Amino acid sequence: MTKKKTDKKKVAKKKTAKKATKKVAKKTTKKMTKSSTKKKSVKGLVFDYDPAPESSAIITFKKKYDLFIGGKFVAPESGKYMTSINPATTESLARFAVASEKDVDTAVKAARKAYQTSWSKLSGAERGKYLYRIARILQERAREFAVLETMDGGKPIKESRDVDIPLAAAHFFYYAGWADKLEYAFPGKKVSSIGVCGQIIPWNFPLLMAAWKIAPALAAGNTIVIKPAEQTPLTALLLAEVCQEAELPEGVVNIITGAGETGAAIVNHKDVNKIAFTGSTAVGKLIAKSIAKTNKKLTLELGGKSANIIFEDAALDQAVEGIINGIYFNQGHVCCAGSRLLVEESVRDVVLKKLKKRMSTLRVGNPLDKNTDVGAINSKEQYDQITKMVAAGKKEGGEFYQAECSLPRKGYFHAPSYFAHQSASSLISRVEVFGPVLSISSFRTPDEAITKANDTNYGLAAGIWSEKGSKIHKTAGSLKAGIIWANTYNKFDPTSPFGGYFESGYGREGGLQGLHPYLEIK
Amino acid sequence: MASVSVRMPGGSKITIPHYPIDMIGANERASTFTKRSIKKESKLDALYTAITMTDLTTLEGADTPGKVEQLCGKAIHPVPDQFMQELQRLAPSRTIRPIPHVGAICVYPEQVPIAARCLEGSGVELASVATAFPAGQLPLDIKLRDVKRAVKFGATEIDMVIDRGAFLRGDFQKVFDEIVAVKDVCEDNAHLKVILETGELKTYDNVRLASWMAMEAGADFIKTSTGKVAPAATMPVTLIMLQAIWDYYQETGIKIGMKPAGGIRTAKQAVHYLVMVNEVLGSDWLHPTMFRFGASSLLNDLLRQIFKQYSGQYYYDDIFSLD
Repeated sequence: MTKKKTDKKKVAKKKTAKKATKKVAKKTTKKMTKSSTKKKSVKGLVFDYDPAPESSAIITFKKKYDLFIGGKFVAPESGKYMTSINPATTESLARFAVASEKDVDTAVKAARKAYQTSWSKLSGAERGKYLYRIARILQERAREFAVLETMDGGKPIKESRDVDIPLAAAHFFYYAGWADKLEYAFPGKKVSSIGVCGQIIPWNFPLLMAAWKIAPALAAGNTIVIKPAEQTPLTALLLAEVCQEAELPEGVVNIITGAGETGAAIVNHKDVNKIAFTGSTAVGKLIAKSIAKTNKKLTLELGGKSANIIFEDAALDQAVEGIINGIYFNQGHVCCAGSRLLVEESVRDVVLKKLKKRMSTLRVGNPLDKNTDVGAINSKEQYDQITKMVAAGKKEGGEFYQAECSLPRKGYFHAPSYFAHQSASSLISRVEVFGPVLSISSFRTPDEAITKANDTNYGLAAGIWSEKGSKIHKTAGSLKAGIIWANTYNKFDPTSPFGGYFESGYGREGGLQGLHPYLEIK
Repeated sequence: MASVSVRMPGGSKITIPHYPIDMIGANERASTFTKRSIKKESKLDALYTAITMTDLTTLEGADTPGKVEQLCGKAIHPVPDQFMQELQRLAPSRTIRPIPHVGAICVYPEQVPIAARCLEGSGVELASVATAFPAGQLPLDIKLRDVKRAVKFGATEIDMVIDRGAFLRGDFQKVFDEIVAVKDVCEDNAHLKVILETGELKTYDNVRLASWMAMEAGADFIKTSTGKVAPAATMPVTLIMLQAIWDYYQETGIKIGMKPAGGIRTAKQAVHYLVMVNEVLGSDWLHPTMFRFGASSLLNDLLRQIFKQYSGQYYYDDIFSLD
């Protein structure tokens, strides 16, 4: 906000003070009901919202979850099972199978068979019908999926309900539409499917990431073997039920669970034609290495340290919402999180003041409560990782701020936090935290903003906040990032391609571009 | 729109800062408050508080002393004793909080004398619209006489309209001067609520500018609408005004009140507004001296929902008088 003349302020204050005393004197003589006087300090309603938990009665857990191969649930050859934990309570939710190398082979064989005998022979319109069916069933069972997603991963129910599940359904709807229009998608080219796809997805958006992977692959005519993260396998396994309900031909979608070794077995399987991976940069590099000597196609969607740039001519109240949404959405477990806030120095103080005020209204706690804004950290490992980085960040100096909020005693919760006044070389400014921790620095000119935003080994996303259109376009054109939002952040749509530069990976998901990796285009 | 300068009566200039609003972002933020789920005691708290914040309004050409008497009766005793007895019978284990009187009644100046008689000693404030409500298209001297009469008749609160025509043609000085002049008349006798008529200002940037100007000129409250123009109060417009109030408080230490008016008909809507006030301004504003609803049909829905909240069931609507 620009400066105001202080003499006027003083006048106003004096005036009100004078008025207040006069009013008190007059009140007794006044015949009418006394005028409400806001100068008297009044105690307003202390409005604490009572708990409003979404019921989890809708979920019936199986004793244990087996592998979904060839359209059926089968016990793992390994005989091994792992346990999925609710990070908000640390209680065990269910046991799920660990797929061995041999199980992976069975799944790939089932996918190959389905590819050869049924799926690649179906017309695009027929494939589309199945995808539409899956989308509709997802919508019908949305509440079940939302509750399960929240229990398994710790994200607030309002996000799983309003973002994850509707978007997952939207992806199926969107790619269902492409299934019979592939030849129009790439005019003048001949397109064909590629075969069996191995897909490995992360724990931050379990069902949504499954949808991002499965929908375009099936629309393009491929069959798949997909592995959800071992922290959050349950909604993917519920999706297996949806595939059955949709009467998808056996083996078109195979959902197998397990940890890193299972993933490696998929990556290294000889009969897989394409690998799609979303996850950490470290694992992405490993996958790229092991695939280097093969004929497999590869797309990687990895980490980020995305800049959220606020210019002085931005709509500041909305920009503050963008900061909050950028870094505290899904506890900051978002690969494209706006984890580096760059704010123009002339508005830095007012933005920080507003940000602190806004952070104080964030409700951290039970993810199933409909009023919760920030839920549980996904796992103990991630919680430890975040606290370790915050401790290291504190040692590097600068200002550390944490929202004042009471955290549940049980479960893995981390208060929304930020670091300001740190050097650009500091840990929190450069390394992905993947948690509710923001790094704040300032800039003086648009050029400096661009230089700072691009000063990273990642290149996934960026946000630009300004009310000046020309400035937005100029800045966007100079940023090395796959996704750039103007005056908003973390907006996702199936029609819009998503992916990064540099250590954020390669390949795009979503939109027409999202079909590329799943097609042979001649 | 750039910053705007206006002269104070003493001759010194003040600047109303340019403060852009992103419409899409503001709408989105406003909608988040409607997703809060307010249950149990917190809901009862909100419903009771909303009653104390209601400016029960009648602003019709057909208003008569009879109608105003009835309204005042309803303002003081929103429900008959039968209501409480019935409620206690249906919810024997609960302690039923007595139903409070509303914040104020809001009428035309002509109706102020009768309202003043009816409300005497009740604790219900008496608001009168003035300044050639609702259009504000009359010369200043007539507007001021309008205000003076209302105050003389016993109005404790004046709801003035700004000159939107002047605002939209860029004559901000006129808008400002009129508010200052009305404030001068009200000074010690009545609270001043300044109606921006946001449905005619249209853009959020305008709403922000008009809010700030009104606060600088001496408004005790800023108010969205006359109720005669659609849209009247909306969540986003109220949000813009609440944020302006917050920023003004940060700069000057002065707490200005807020009154959305028109279009708030259900208890659910009222609770959403209170959630918004709670999260934008905080507890200090959740009090009838700082926040009001300009509404008429809202009161009965608040009562209906209070009944439901205690007893778990709805009652037949006829138990609540229409006015």
